[in-house]
Amino acid sequence: MKRLNLPLTEEDLRDLHAGDAVLLSGEIYTARDAAHKRMHECIEKNEPLPFDIQNALIYYVGPTPATQGRAIGSAGPTTSSRMDPYVRELLEKGLGGMIGKGRRSRDVKDAVKEHKAIYFVAVGGAGALLSKSIVKREPVAYEDLLAEAITKLTAKDFPCFVGLDIYGNDIYDHGEL
Amino acid sequence: MKEIDVKRIGDKTEELFGKIAYHYPAGIMDAIRQAHQQEDNPRGKNVFDMLEENARIAIEEHIPICQDTGMAVVWLSIGQDVHLTGGDVNEAIHEAVGRSYTANALRASVVDDPLFERKNTKNNTPALIHTRIVPGEEVTIEVMAKGFGSENKSQLKMLTPAMGVEGVKEFVLDTVKKAGPDACPPYVIGIGIGGDFESCAEMSKAALLRETENADTRYSQLEKELLEKINTLDIGPMGYGGKATALKVMVEYAPTHIAGLPCAVNICCHVCRHAKAVIQ
Repeated sequence: MKRLNLPLTEEDLRDLHAGDAVLLSGEIYTARDAAHKRMHECIEKNEPLPFDIQNALIYYVGPTPATQGRAIGSAGPTTSSRMDPYVRELLEKGLGGMIGKGRRSRDVKDAVKEHKAIYFVAVGGAGALLSKSIVKREPVAYEDLLAEAITKLTAKDFPCFVGLDIYGNDIYDHGEL
Repeated sequence: MKEIDVKRIGDKTEELFGKIAYHYPAGIMDAIRQAHQQEDNPRGKNVFDMLEENARIAIEEHIPICQDTGMAVVWLSIGQDVHLTGGDVNEAIHEAVGRSYTANALRASVVDDPLFERKNTKNNTPALIHTRIVPGEEVTIEVMAKGFGSENKSQLKMLTPAMGVEGVKEFVLDTVKKAGPDACPPYVIGIGIGGDFESCAEMSKAALLRETENADTRYSQLEKELLEKINTLDIGPMGYGGKATALKVMVEYAPTHIAGLPCAVNICCHVCRHAKAVIQ
C-alpha cells in the first residue's frame, strides 16, 4: 500500500502501475455529470473554469448530506464512463487525474497516457467507509446542483487503486473484459 | 371490507426507506459472506473486506451504505377487500418518500424533467409506484432504492421463440459482460422472461425482491446455470478479477404471445436495497 500526497509529482506517477493499492492525502475536487456539462460550456465560451484545474484531481462523487459533526455523508465513486466525453478537454486544460469506478473509453485511455495523467478507482458501494477518509469539504461552485455541486475535499489516506497509469495499463484488462 | 388509512401505508414506506439505506437485506449479506469465503483472488478478497467493513460502519455510525441512495420504487399489493381511506394513496407514498429521504439525510437524486431542465426536486420525489390488486384484505408494501449506476446497465431484448433457452442465456451473459466492472459487482441479477415489452421489464426488477428459491425447478435450474456461467467471466468484485461476479440470479416468467420471447435483465449492485411489510 503506497501513501501519496496530492498533488502527485512526475516521480510519483512514474512509480504507479494499474492495480496498485494507494492511500491519497490532500485536496480533491468533486464533480460529476451536471458539473462537467457546465465546465464544458465554460470551455466552449472561453470562460475560466470554476477552480484551478492545474494538476488537480477530480473525484466523481455525489455524496449524501453530511450529518452533524461530519465533513461529508456517504461518499463512494459513481460510474466514470458517463464523464468520458469531457475528459480530453479537461486534461488539455491541465487536469492531473480522476477518481471514479469502472472502465473508460478508448479515447480517455489514450488521453490519460498522452497527458501523463492518472485514473484511480475506488470501491463502489463503500461510501460509508470512504467518507471516513474525507476530513473537510468546502463549497467551490454550482451549489444549485446540490449533491452534484463542485466542492473541495481534504482527504486523509483515501483508499483506492490505480485504474489507468501513465504507461497505458488498465486494471480492468483481464477475464472477459 | 377492511378499512386501511393511507397514512399507515405512508408511515411504513417512510420507515422502510430509512432502514434500507443503512442495512443490507439479510439474505444479501449472507450471500456476500459466502462469496467472500469462496473468493480466492486477493484483490477480490480485499474488496469483500471493504464491503463488510462498510456495512458495519453504515449501521454503527449511521452513514448510508452508498451515496447513491437510489430512486424510490414501491410495489403496493392491495387486497381487493381493502378500502383505502384518508386521502390519495399515491400522494401518501410520494410524501412519505420525501419525508424519509430528508429525515434520514439521504441523497436527492431525482430531476423533474429528464431531457431539458433536469432540475433536482430536492427530496427524491416522485417515487415510482407499481400497484397490483390481489385477493384478501391486507396491503403488502415492497420497496427498493435502486441506484442508477446499475440501472443504466440493465437491458431488454425482444427475442424470438426460435432463440429459446440458449438465446436467453446468451443475452443475459452479454448484458453482464457489458455491465462489466461499471455497476458495482458482485451483482444481483433480476430476469424477466415473457409477458410483453413493459411487463417484462417490470418483472425483471420485481425478481430482485424475491427472498425464496424459485418454485419452478426448470427456472431454478436456469438460475443456477446462469450464476455458474456468470461467475466464470472473471469480472469479479468491483471488476478487479475473481470468482464473484454475481451473488444471485432470479428469474420471473409469464405467459407471452406465440410470436414472442421478451427478455429483460435488471442489473443490481451488491447492496440490492429492498424490504417488505404487510399492513393488516
